[in-house]
Amino acid sequence: MSEKRACREAYTTALLELAKNDPSIIVISSDARGSCSLNNYVKALPDQYIEIGIAEQNEIGISAGLSVVGKKPFVCAPACFLTARSLEQLKVDVAYSHQNVKILGVSGGVSYGALGASHHTLHDIAALRCFPDLTVILPSDAAQTEEVVRTITDMKGAFFIRVGREKIPQIYTEELGIKPFTLGKANTLREGADITLVSCGELVYHSLEAAKLLHEKGIEARVLDMATLKPFDKEAIIKAAKETKAIVSIEEHSINGGLGATVSQVVCENHPVKVKTLGLPDEYLITGNSLELFDYYGLDAKGIAASAEELLAK
Amino acid sequence: MTIHELKQQAVETRKSLLSMIYQAKSGHTGGALSSADIITALYFEILKLDPANPDWEGRDYFVLSKGHSVEGYLAVLARRGFFDEALLKTFCQYKSLLIGHPNNKLPGIEMNTGALGHGLSISVGMALGLKKDKKTNRVFTLMGDGELAEGSVWEAAMAASHYKLDNLVAIIDRNHLQISGSTETVMSQEPLQQRFESFGWHVEVIEGNDMDQVVSALKAVPFTEGKPSLIIANTTKGKGVKQMEDVAAWHHGVPDQSLFEEAMLTFESMEKELDNV
Repeated sequence: MSEKRACREAYTTALLELAKNDPSIIVISSDARGSCSLNNYVKALPDQYIEIGIAEQNEIGISAGLSVVGKKPFVCAPACFLTARSLEQLKVDVAYSHQNVKILGVSGGVSYGALGASHHTLHDIAALRCFPDLTVILPSDAAQTEEVVRTITDMKGAFFIRVGREKIPQIYTEELGIKPFTLGKANTLREGADITLVSCGELVYHSLEAAKLLHEKGIEARVLDMATLKPFDKEAIIKAAKETKAIVSIEEHSINGGLGATVSQVVCENHPVKVKTLGLPDEYLITGNSLELFDYYGLDAKGIAASAEELLAK
Repeated sequence: MTIHELKQQAVETRKSLLSMIYQAKSGHTGGALSSADIITALYFEILKLDPANPDWEGRDYFVLSKGHSVEGYLAVLARRGFFDEALLKTFCQYKSLLIGHPNNKLPGIEMNTGALGHGLSISVGMALGLKKDKKTNRVFTLMGDGELAEGSVWEAAMAASHYKLDNLVAIIDRNHLQISGSTETVMSQEPLQQRFESFGWHVEVIEGNDMDQVVSALKAVPFTEGKPSLIIANTTKGKGVKQMEDVAAWHHGVPDQSLFEEAMLTFESMEKELDNV
């Protein structure tokens, strides 16, 4: 298998390349240069970087102001603080005021697994998809993250992109031969007619691994990478509901209000089939790194495959 | 414009904003009246603007951080020609673009505000971006005193002096009242001047309902090179309508017919007085 890569590094490396040729790109961070893998960027383009200190509300408000005067601000900070502390600034200054601000939340989900609930980001999809005109993207690997950066840089509008912390396996290899990212469209990573596994972010890889386990048992799973949570690719879900017997959604987010809730809404309103929503439960989690937590909460390949089998047997 | 003409315009602003509130049966009367002289001075004398081309590159930027005082803001924008004055009659009405807080779908309005404590951060972002491009446009923001309890104001105050934003001018409409009563009872603001000075700002304190003082302060910015400027404008909440002056309940009170008519008569006699000078 190809070498593992971290999405946060992919994001800032791709952004650096674009920013070298576009002085209107400004990166803003809140004492999170290291966490966001921004050291190379800051070294190369000090004039296109603004340090805010630990002040996320100010960070988002300032970014909105930069957008008004014609800059292309890219905010980079840990997702847990950014999407909770500055929620009102995201809502009013960025989304409601129609500003051109791209927001990268790093180490999202349970990336900071052992650091406790203060550092988990399990609410962001639910919260941010309620703000009109705010696009929400959770890339599944480094190549897709790079493609996201290239896609959105010259698009005007408000974007939230959430990535994890660790180096993760690559999905979009040359060998796979699929364009890593198209805004608002799910990627079909594997065809199958028995069941659909739809996922986003880091858990796409684990869903693909689950599909392999299911294949060994004679169950063919379609695997969808729903990288864009908003706008949501309803058509891909309706098609899956019509063409497969059941749908399992898998996300590194609370089971409340995220991908699974969206999938359920689309399925119920259009073509009801059995749906199982996998995510983190509505409780404070056990201590461990993200892989340990995926295992414990049934979000690794084994857990996903077991849930899929159980759903089909119902 | 002369100070005398600006005073006449300020009476017009008060008449407009009170009419809007009376017709809509909704609005933030007290703060709109206290800030009427400041907003009039900004839009008729201080800000570089081109109403025919609201996105003109050379413009000064304005953010109404105390977004609830939108009525006076809309009144001056309309009179400066950013949109038709007849639209003011639609304030807060079904499907109107003139909502109860600033709406940047209207020409001349940069940002949607309404949640308090946001305007200074936004203005810092504008001023920083302009500095980076070595542009000479200035950024003005009008804040309320009640909103200074929001922590984000102080985050922004810190960043403004850290980045030496002398192209940034903040004005506090210091009317000493907020919805629940005196600012000093709700959450004390004093010593306000020293607080901002300790955050690295140059602060001037003026009488904010005295047009002479408002204009001379706004014309003297930046007060110090390399420092953001703050004008603490001591004002009277409800200024211009005796029954409303210094009464917290008028924060978002709406006058009944008899008080509205009485206030309009007062404004008209103020106009006549100014005409005779």
